[in-house]
Amino acid sequence: MPQVADIIAEGKRLMSVCNACRYCEGYCAVFPAMERRLTFSDADMDYLANLCHNCAECYYACQYAPPHEFGVNVPKVLAEIRARSYEKNAWPRFWPVSATWAVMAGIIVTAALAGRRATTGADFYGVISHDVMVGAFAAVFAVIILVHAAGFLRFWRDSGEKLSEAFTPAVLLNALRDGLSLKNLDSHGAGCTYPDEHHSQARRWFHHLTFYGFLLCTASTSVAAFYHSVMGWSAPYPYFSLPVVLGTLGGAGLLAGPIGLYRLKQRRDTAIIDAKQDSMDVSFLMLLFLTGMTGLLLLGLRQTNAMGLLLRIHLGVVFGLCLTLPYGKFVHGIYRWAALLRSALETARSQH
Amino acid sequence: MCAALAARESGASVMVFECAPVEYRGGNSRHTRNMRCMHNAPTGVLTDAYTEKEYWEDLQRVTGGNTSEQLARLIIRGSVEITLWMRRYGVRFQPSLEGTLHLGRTNAFFLGGGKALMNAYYSAALKLGIGVLYNAEVEELHICDGKFKSGKMLLNGQPAEFRAKTLVVASGGFEANLEWLEKVWGEAARNFIIRGTPYNKGKILKVLLDHGAEPVGDPKQCHAVAIDGRAPKFDGGIVTRLDCVPLGIVVNRYTERFYDEGEDLWPKRYAIWGRLVAQQPDQIAYSIFDSKVIGRFMPSVFPPIAASSITELAAALGLPPEKLDSSVREFNQAVRPGRFDHQILDDCRTEGLNPPKSHWAQTIDRRPFYGFPLRPGITFTYLGVKVNERAEVQGLGRNTNIFAAGEIMAGNVLGRGYLAGFGMTIGSVFGRIAGREAARAAGC
Repeated sequence: MPQVADIIAEGKRLMSVCNACRYCEGYCAVFPAMERRLTFSDADMDYLANLCHNCAECYYACQYAPPHEFGVNVPKVLAEIRARSYEKNAWPRFWPVSATWAVMAGIIVTAALAGRRATTGADFYGVISHDVMVGAFAAVFAVIILVHAAGFLRFWRDSGEKLSEAFTPAVLLNALRDGLSLKNLDSHGAGCTYPDEHHSQARRWFHHLTFYGFLLCTASTSVAAFYHSVMGWSAPYPYFSLPVVLGTLGGAGLLAGPIGLYRLKQRRDTAIIDAKQDSMDVSFLMLLFLTGMTGLLLLGLRQTNAMGLLLRIHLGVVFGLCLTLPYGKFVHGIYRWAALLRSALETARSQH
Repeated sequence: MCAALAARESGASVMVFECAPVEYRGGNSRHTRNMRCMHNAPTGVLTDAYTEKEYWEDLQRVTGGNTSEQLARLIIRGSVEITLWMRRYGVRFQPSLEGTLHLGRTNAFFLGGGKALMNAYYSAALKLGIGVLYNAEVEELHICDGKFKSGKMLLNGQPAEFRAKTLVVASGGFEANLEWLEKVWGEAARNFIIRGTPYNKGKILKVLLDHGAEPVGDPKQCHAVAIDGRAPKFDGGIVTRLDCVPLGIVVNRYTERFYDEGEDLWPKRYAIWGRLVAQQPDQIAYSIFDSKVIGRFMPSVFPPIAASSITELAAALGLPPEKLDSSVREFNQAVRPGRFDHQILDDCRTEGLNPPKSHWAQTIDRRPFYGFPLRPGITFTYLGVKVNERAEVQGLGRNTNIFAAGEIMAGNVLGRGYLAGFGMTIGSVFGRIAGREAARAAGC
């Protein structure tokens, strides 16, 4: 395994080739960001690595790609630098990112075995008391927010930029638009070169299904919590109530999205991938998929005897997902958006 | 590839023999960036207008009249709608931008560059049922009464034969054929660096000339620029070019200056420096500048050699330290005060120096000091075969079925000099013509 310093040095070498060529400047945000620099610090490499959406269009277009002696493979090297930046910025580090699988499995099994056994029709709190559920998740949410905020700030601190400068409406809006639309996987409407050299929108759409599915599920849970605590309406909610509709749509997204992403990933051109990240990627996709699947099963079978076990499994999965978020693939969104924010800031500055 | 696609459009069944392996397919097109297109109004990828008149005048100027007006105008007019034709095959252009060469008005830029362009063509060819063989090096053509009958090639190193009703040759010049280069330029050629593909060996060019094809373009000329002396022997492409020449001084291995580095704006002068360096002892020169001008030119792939004094720099470059020091001193003393602006022909010049530096002359005195070794880097050779407006190779016979496109016939319109992006225009427009005419000659 190459040393961290070697990976960064290789990234800087590539940037010196790319910055002298610049043929790719029309592709994504990475290359204009590169052109704003003549030299590259370690922090610059982290920034460019997280700005890269790993579409590999630049690799297929590269006159210096292997077997050329310059051996330029930007998506692969930036992926390696990116993975290292996840490790570096995770704080506090409860466990290494690579242990996510084990942690996740442990949590799910524990949750499935725990809890009260009494089950009556669709009474979730008969299985696990409301207080326990809310207490546990509140604690986890606090951890998630803390760790992600810490990661974001650590990443941003490296940039040397003032956060206040980035938090202007125009810059924020651009960064949000680029992130929410996955503009950098769109390549001017053609889609990205994923899983092979031909352009396709598949990855972008499957990512949208996954991401917006995740958001809808989060929204569903939040609305349900609001119903319970503020409105005093107890679950189970009818099939056409807001939490159930949001959750069903979100759950469907979490089934289709991760499956699609996984299938594309299996067909990915091996010249570009950083294979070491497979376990991190797949465990995250698996958890998202399981969240969607167990949630939908729970909804469908909530009137049956299986409800108790299903609820414990679902909560276990969600718990596992939440606890591994800060140490798994989920963080790519945090750093990617921080990089997009910085890119939007730099772009705004260069236009003045 | 334009010829293959155009021939297929006309209904021909087409086979492409690519000498290179798949990774290096597409000849020198792989290293290109843009093409020069005539347009009377702004388009999505081109600003303002670039009329036939202006285009033709530009071409006349750079070639010194060494061009064919008939063919040149055919190409210029053909360039109007060529980008639309290219888009049909999945080629993408990038919105006009401010580059260092300010070509947004005259040149359409391929999104991702020439390799992306070639990828689009090969991908389209695959869909249209055009066969492509890689590692297929055509070595001999059987030509009878001016007509191509069959040919021999090495396919993955094994001898193979092929026959077809018509043939389009698009096999480039001879710039990668080291023996041929040495025959033309003598031992000096050993120090030349070939900027592009190692597969342009001129084999088919020679076969055609041996069969009586009429040559065109100066056989003793090549397009050469001064590039980083540390560049690989072949295929270094764009990243080895150096734009620092007008910002400092250039000396030969005896630390003597030999040409006005500030004669004119760099885009108008970069193409003469290959020849200038080739004329120096051992075909090497050194660009010397100081930290004042860092950031004023496009970075290149290898960092400059840096030192905290001129003598140390000389040692690092392998030059006699005292002599370089006195050359720089002599230059510095000749620099007259002025207002430096590297974007225009400014008034910073030398006085009493031979050769003078007419613009951008600033004293070299702020450490660290920098140097780049320069070598002649060959882009292409001018020798080709003469063609008519149907792309038929001339001199073989009245009813020939051999057509030519690209660099192998570029000398018809570009007998000398160069116009940025014109090579791709010639290749694309004549590729289409050659493909269409070859299909017609095959009875399609």
